Amino acid sequence: MSSIPHHQGPGHAIDDAHAHDEHAHHPGGIMRWITTTNHKDIGTLYLWFSFIMFIAGGCLALTIRTELFHPGLQIVDPEFFNSLTTLHGLIMIFGAIMPAAVGFANWQVPLMIGAPDMAFARMNNWSFWLLPFAAVLLFASFFVPGGAAAGGWTLYAPLSVQAGMGMDLTIFAIHIMGASSIMGSINIITTILNLRAPGMTMMKMPLFVWTWLITAYLLIAVMPVLAGAVTMLLTDRHFGTSFFNAAGGGDPVMFQHIFWFFGHPEVYIMILPSFGIVSTILPAFSRKPLFGYASMVYATSSIAILSFIVWAHHMFTVGMPAAGQLFFMYATMLIAVPTGVKVFNWVTTMWKGSMTFETPMLFAIGFIFLFTMGGFTGLVLAITPVDIQLQDTYYVVAHFHYVLVAGSLFAFFGGVYYWLPKWSGRMYNEKLGEWHFWLTMIFFNVTFFPMHFLGLAGMPRRVPDYATQFTDWNMVATIGAYGFGLSQLLFFYIVLSCIRSGPPAPAKPWEGADTLEWTLPSPLPYHTFETPPAIK
Amino acid sequence: MSHTQDPTLRRSNRALLARLAIVALLMFGFGYAMIPFYEQICKATGLRDIAVPDTVANTQVDSGRTVRIELDANVNKLPWRFRPLTPIVTAHPGEVMQVVYEVENPTDRPMTGQAVPSYGPQRAGEYFKKLECFCFAKQSFEPHEKRQMPVVFVIDPKLPQDVATITLSYTFFEVEGNKS
Repeated sequence: MSSIPHHQGPGHAIDDAHAHDEHAHHPGGIMRWITTTNHKDIGTLYLWFSFIMFIAGGCLALTIRTELFHPGLQIVDPEFFNSLTTLHGLIMIFGAIMPAAVGFANWQVPLMIGAPDMAFARMNNWSFWLLPFAAVLLFASFFVPGGAAAGGWTLYAPLSVQAGMGMDLTIFAIHIMGASSIMGSINIITTILNLRAPGMTMMKMPLFVWTWLITAYLLIAVMPVLAGAVTMLLTDRHFGTSFFNAAGGGDPVMFQHIFWFFGHPEVYIMILPSFGIVSTILPAFSRKPLFGYASMVYATSSIAILSFIVWAHHMFTVGMPAAGQLFFMYATMLIAVPTGVKVFNWVTTMWKGSMTFETPMLFAIGFIFLFTMGGFTGLVLAITPVDIQLQDTYYVVAHFHYVLVAGSLFAFFGGVYYWLPKWSGRMYNEKLGEWHFWLTMIFFNVTFFPMHFLGLAGMPRRVPDYATQFTDWNMVATIGAYGFGLSQLLFFYIVLSCIRSGPPAPAKPWEGADTLEWTLPSPLPYHTFETPPAIK
Repeated sequence: MSHTQDPTLRRSNRALLARLAIVALLMFGFGYAMIPFYEQICKATGLRDIAVPDTVANTQVDSGRTVRIELDANVNKLPWRFRPLTPIVTAHPGEVMQVVYEVENPTDRPMTGQAVPSYGPQRAGEYFKKLECFCFAKQSFEPHEKRQMPVVFVIDPKLPQDVATITLSYTFFEVEGNKS
């Protein structure tokens, strides 16, 4: 685990005597991490867990890309290939992106609102420690008879009703991860609403806190719906119910409606915390306050509300009446309005600022550029007749990797570089950080840009083999994927060498940063804001 | 947390926790509530009325036009024998037609199944008006029972001109948990 030096460091001097007592009884070694109720420790656990899942999910992706380097079947069976795409999706969404966002919330939310810790410290520990068990279930499902779930991460009925016991393990993993997310969200909402320092009014909160507050509400609203959907799958599979079973009067399309009622808000759950991180980094390196703070808050809320009325745009081909298709098409396009407000506000924040381009800023700008491209392909897919043409092609794969990888993940990289000096008390290697950005940026585009061409030319997704005319762009994408994957080892090296042996970081390494955490020493003391700070 | 929380704060934290947990539970129920809700929507809009007899107002026979009807029978993981007595019939739009399917349960246990129809081409489905069909209800069979079951239908004369052949395909599913 991490070697963040909590037990030494200058910050210790300002801890009160009570905290010292606490340290004296603090278990060491592995027990410290298992029993910890400290938001900083738990944030660190979440971030390392999500990094491990990111590498594991990345290995699955590289196996997929290796198979797709050439047409024909080379290294994996088609059935195993289907398991790879399914588990890649599930692990990246539930194992990598969502826990990383919760990790950031654990570290940053209490610091940014001047709270001593999360509201429910023990529940916080439990929310994290559920996750490794869910991950074990998911990976174990590869080794059961019938293999891992192979019907796509969306688990559509009737395939998921008929699949082998790997599906049961997946269902239980989703139950556990859902419980973890709901507990985490309750904790975050309570912390934000009840534990703000005096004077920290709602409209003074940093935008990262706002985006997480809204994300947490979304999670509480939709994770139980997913839990319900997979529970119905489970009872259809084993207990004779017929929610999705046509023979018993059920309807497989019903599953898609319930799933996407969860699934569409879920995509905003994955992107809103990243919006918050980018909205924190951009003003710091532009040395200007965020442009249009209030409109950012309202735009984020509108996106969250609209996300509940667009779900059927994932299902334009199921045979919906034209009126339904038109409603979901226009509702989807409406989301471009608040999203556009955000993008313009970010650009205007940079406008005439004294900008410098350290690694966090590079990732934030890369985020805006690539996320906007992903947003535009999303608008293309919102148009019903176009979507019917492009449904389940590589164009869709390109679209959601532009918003998920270049969106969520880029913002998380930026956030790690931005806050690592504060968390660890040490500076990362700026030169290597910039290398990591440019390698990631270039290889990301080499991997995913060609997928637009493949999709427009008609290559379906989730296939282990393809027609020969798609070979060239598939080879390019595979080469890009290996470059992208190897670049992340550089990230691992940078983080590791920073927390082991980086030069000491000042309390405020970024000139333009103005949120509360920068008023504290680096590295952060183990306990912070035990007496609430004065808010200007 | 290293310090003890102020009791008022603790109470208000717990109250919020309880409220949010109730919201989560309600949303779990909401997922289930979507099932009857969608059923009502489908009933109101007539989206999914496959198990309801159609009504035909005008049975003017268009004898100048002949449509070929191909009958297909499948079973889904069910040991039944299921076949149409005549695999191909011809019909004039507007003409009342009857075809017969034969089903046999060759097993030693009583079984219940449900047939689900589908049409090729898909858009022909809305012009294929079934007045009577064994697919409107679950069908129970005693061990080794063999039964002939009719389908009475009318092809709507509004059937697009370019559709000359319609495939009517039934798949019998076993109704699980209803094996009595």
